[in-house]
Amino acid sequence: MENLIALLIAAPLLGAAVLLCGGRRLDAVGQWIGTVLAAASFVIAAVLFADMLGKSPEDRTFTQHLFSWIAVGDFRADVGFQLDQLSMTFVLLITGVGSLIHVYSIGYMEHDERRRRFFGYLNLFLAAMLLLVLADNYLLLYVGWEGVGLASYLLIGFWQHKPSAATAAKKAFLVNRVGDMGLSIAIMLMFTTFGTFAFGPLLGTEGHSGIAGDAGEGKLTAIALMLLLAACGKSAQVPLQSWLGDAMEGPTPVSALIHAATMVTAGVYLIVRSAAVFNAAPDAQLVVTVVGGVTLLFGAIVGCAKDDIKKALAGSTMSQIGYMVLAAGLGPIGYVFAIMHLVTHGFFKAGLFLGAGSVMHGMNDEVDMRKFGGLRKYMPVTFVTFGLGYLAIIGFPGLSGFFSKDKIIEAAFAKGGTEGWILGGVALLGAAITAYYMTRVMIMTFFGEKRWQPDAEGHEPHPHESPSSMTIPMIVLAFGSVFAGAFFSIGDRFVHWLEPVTGHSEGDSPVSALTVTAATMVLLVVGAGIAYLQYGRSSVPVTAPRGSLLTRAARRDLYQDDFNHVVLVRGGEHLTRSLVYVDHTLVDGVVNGTAASVGGLSGRLRKLQNGYARSYAVSMFGGAAILVAATLLMRAV
Amino acid sequence: MSASAVHSLWTTAATAAEPISKIDAPKIEYAQLSPTLIVIGAAVVGVLVEAFVPRKSRYYTQVFVAVVALAAAFSAVVALAASGYGTTKAHIAAMGAIAVDGPALFLQGTILLAGILGVFTFAERRLDPEAHGNRVDAFAAQASSVPGSDSEKAAVKAGFTTTEVFPLLLFAISGMLVFPSANDLLTLFVALEVFSLPLYLLCAVARRKRLMSQEAAVKYFLLGAFASAFTLFGIALLYGYAGSMSYATIAHVVDGTVTNVDPALAGTMGNDVLLLMGMALVVMGLLFKVGAVPFHMWTPDVYQGAPTPVTGFMAAATKVAAFGALLRLLYVVLPGMRWDWRPVMWAVAIVTMLGGAIVAITQTDIKRLLAYSSIAHAGFILAGVIATSPDGVSSVLFYLGAYSFVTIGAFAVVTLVRDAGGEATHLSKWAGLGRRSPLVAAVFAVFLLAFAGIPLTSGFAGKFAVFRAAAEGGAGALVVVGVISSAIAAFFYIRVIVLMFFSEPKPEGPTVAVPSPLTMTAIAAGVVVTLVLGVAPQYFLNLANQAGVFVR
Repeated sequence: MENLIALLIAAPLLGAAVLLCGGRRLDAVGQWIGTVLAAASFVIAAVLFADMLGKSPEDRTFTQHLFSWIAVGDFRADVGFQLDQLSMTFVLLITGVGSLIHVYSIGYMEHDERRRRFFGYLNLFLAAMLLLVLADNYLLLYVGWEGVGLASYLLIGFWQHKPSAATAAKKAFLVNRVGDMGLSIAIMLMFTTFGTFAFGPLLGTEGHSGIAGDAGEGKLTAIALMLLLAACGKSAQVPLQSWLGDAMEGPTPVSALIHAATMVTAGVYLIVRSAAVFNAAPDAQLVVTVVGGVTLLFGAIVGCAKDDIKKALAGSTMSQIGYMVLAAGLGPIGYVFAIMHLVTHGFFKAGLFLGAGSVMHGMNDEVDMRKFGGLRKYMPVTFVTFGLGYLAIIGFPGLSGFFSKDKIIEAAFAKGGTEGWILGGVALLGAAITAYYMTRVMIMTFFGEKRWQPDAEGHEPHPHESPSSMTIPMIVLAFGSVFAGAFFSIGDRFVHWLEPVTGHSEGDSPVSALTVTAATMVLLVVGAGIAYLQYGRSSVPVTAPRGSLLTRAARRDLYQDDFNHVVLVRGGEHLTRSLVYVDHTLVDGVVNGTAASVGGLSGRLRKLQNGYARSYAVSMFGGAAILVAATLLMRAV
Repeated sequence: MSASAVHSLWTTAATAAEPISKIDAPKIEYAQLSPTLIVIGAAVVGVLVEAFVPRKSRYYTQVFVAVVALAAAFSAVVALAASGYGTTKAHIAAMGAIAVDGPALFLQGTILLAGILGVFTFAERRLDPEAHGNRVDAFAAQASSVPGSDSEKAAVKAGFTTTEVFPLLLFAISGMLVFPSANDLLTLFVALEVFSLPLYLLCAVARRKRLMSQEAAVKYFLLGAFASAFTLFGIALLYGYAGSMSYATIAHVVDGTVTNVDPALAGTMGNDVLLLMGMALVVMGLLFKVGAVPFHMWTPDVYQGAPTPVTGFMAAATKVAAFGALLRLLYVVLPGMRWDWRPVMWAVAIVTMLGGAIVAITQTDIKRLLAYSSIAHAGFILAGVIATSPDGVSSVLFYLGAYSFVTIGAFAVVTLVRDAGGEATHLSKWAGLGRRSPLVAAVFAVFLLAFAGIPLTSGFAGKFAVFRAAAEGGAGALVVVGVISSAIAAFFYIRVIVLMFFSEPKPEGPTVAVPSPLTMTAIAAGVVVTLVLGVAPQYFLNLANQAGVFVR
């Protein structure tokens, strides 16, 4: 059974190879090959899952050693897989949502000439993401990490004829490099500290703990912070968040799969997987919670001001991942809930993106919500599934987000002390803002009067429902959005499932769960109400009003790009310039000076070579005399 | 004067006849000495060819004899190595005079290959313009005629060529084959003279710039004789110390494990002053041959003046032979003395590396530049010699093999770049060569990069090997100096590359002659070996490793 693990990755990898190398003759069937192989991977995952459920919670870790990858002296890197409950959760999410989005893409990309390539990239992404979550050591994880980065780059820039897409892909790649550097440094630190980077000995397996906690706290904090940097890059957390909004230039299925449901959550996976390291480095954990808290508000505020439906959802993604990172930073009281929110978020955010894609599909690829309005009549299925996703994300009682987000807010309070109050307060505030911006999206898109106009070439959009290949995945995801949270939470199923891997402890919350829920509900109503008053009661102007200072700031992503430009780009330029100056004056000065003095010496020594055999002979005689004298002297000393 | 006195002087008195004890015929292992014997034999045949073969066909006969002999000798070396004489069956042959072991066979093989390429470059006849309808090579029409005299003109007109260079080359090679395998001091000295004298002569017979060539030969001869005198004096002192010429016996005396002492020598034997002075002087003679500072002064003048094919061969093969002899002397005879000679050799290696590299910077003649480069390389090799470890031996062997091919190839390229006055060796004339003849310039660039020790060339692998051996042998400081010198040296190598590829060609620049397949083969072999040893050095390093054990 454990031999199936490699097949999980092999199936989409085969798909990528066939589709990308296959050439034009596969153009007609490319989408089917890609989808079937993604689905095959899901079937294998399901089989493995069934097998895992049949075992007792202690034996649920499957491992498969493939081959020794690099072995040089003490350095040893293996290619091996570890499938435990944590990876299983991810594998099911990735292959499940991945397969649905493959199906959706069949419809969405129907008219794209480069469709085969698109499915090839999607399969490549699946393979890399599965490698990331299945690797049994950090180095192999790093391979997967870079693999998803590559796939993300290729897919963001898929419509490379648009300069904005090409730029966005480049931006995502560059910002991610910063995070990747963190991961590589973390791996190097682990190797020098522990002599290994395999999960087994490092993080411990069931029954015995790993050696990760044995190092000094300073070193562990350094490793943990480097891992956090990596997570920030991949998961678009402050300060490496700037790429996610631009990444929406990619085709919408890509936004749904990679930039909402799976890849961007890799950072959360990394933190939870490295729990043993973070647990031993409380300072780093505090930084993690701060990053999560800041991003949570940051994303939410940005989401409030965007008129581009995908960018609004991207802000929301950032904010929801902020929740997960916050939970992951809380330690054992938060790990399980971080992953639980990750899964439910995978459902409803993918659903929301697919809904947005469906809207765009019917509206000539228009993304400005100010030009939507009243679409519920034209796209009923989209409206319902999107609506369920909306209810789930704002935490409407009984739906997925309600369970998972509430748990995180409770856990934040349970952190204890002033930190607990601050983090809990931030999480609550975030919930209110979430309700506000999602209601805004909902109303602007589906309610009110229709505001669409003919485009530049005079084509009147004819909003229509999307084909069934697109609506069916949306419906399936809507089911997940509705029921997943309840299914996980009733009887603490998810907690028991993940506990053997991540550990779990009930926090000691100063506020009762009921109070938290009540407060959340109140804030939800307040947030949604304000949005209704702003956008539901009065008409929405087609051109955006100037807006308040905060709105304008939020529209510009809270000046993140300006910040990067001023601090990093300009700063980098100044640094380069001063380095060049130092290079020219100091370094070149020393180098040229040395060269000149060597040259001068050369010129003087050269004069010894005067062409007279007699002076050569003298030199030889002198040399011989010195040689003899020195030899004798050596003995004398 | 009485009859009996005459009788006693000139005859043996029948009555006084004591029974003459039977003299044992020396036991000579001809098969094991066959490489050397073949080459000497071919050299003698070459002399006979000069005497008996008509002038017209001498050139072809000589080239044929030389190539066949060298190839046969090389096969003999390979056969000996294959039958285990390099490793398990290594022993001392010829009554203790010659060692047949790994280093000897490895170096002999290298010298023979260098010799074959040397013959190819000697035999090149398409570079110089034809004189009176006769194809001519790099050597004077008649070496004995005064430059510029009527007799020289007559010789040129008659189409004479100095085909004696081939037997001379073979004699030199035979001496070089013996030199690194000599196992007693007398053999060492004889071999030294056997390979030096033909080289002095060869230096003098350039067709162009004869006066310079003759000046070089005279200088080389005078200084070589001077150095030989030191060597001989050192040998005498060592004999005085040990009572024997044999390496093994001297080593025993040094170690204090000698068994029987000749009573006549008991007075001087074991006197360390004799040992130290003798050692220093013999080593000095060898350092002269490898061109180490301060015994290097002949190198630039001779390299510049000698006919370029001779320079190439000499630069490669002399270095191989002399370093082989130096290694054997230091590792077999004087290992017990290494605490005495190592510090001195350290100093020599340092001044050699730095001196060669620094003075090369201001050179303007390509042949002089390569001469100083060879001095710097001698320093690098010395660093490996000083390691006094098996790694040291094998790294030096590898370096020598790699270096000799690069050197012959580089000098062969120098013969191609010509203007009206023959070879255009002034660096300014090489400007823009890359534009005019990209292939030749690229090939030369490969050789320069190999000299500089850039990765993926044999120079890097060799340098890495010697420096690693030196570092492991505790000579870290030496390695630092070596790396600094390499950096300095890289400057002038790269400068030539920049000159060739990034300068405007001069309007009156030199032309690149198209050589015959002979020179092409030599250059191609140089490039191939340089790249192969650079990309995949491991096989050859292993080979050098296996060969790196001296028999004692």
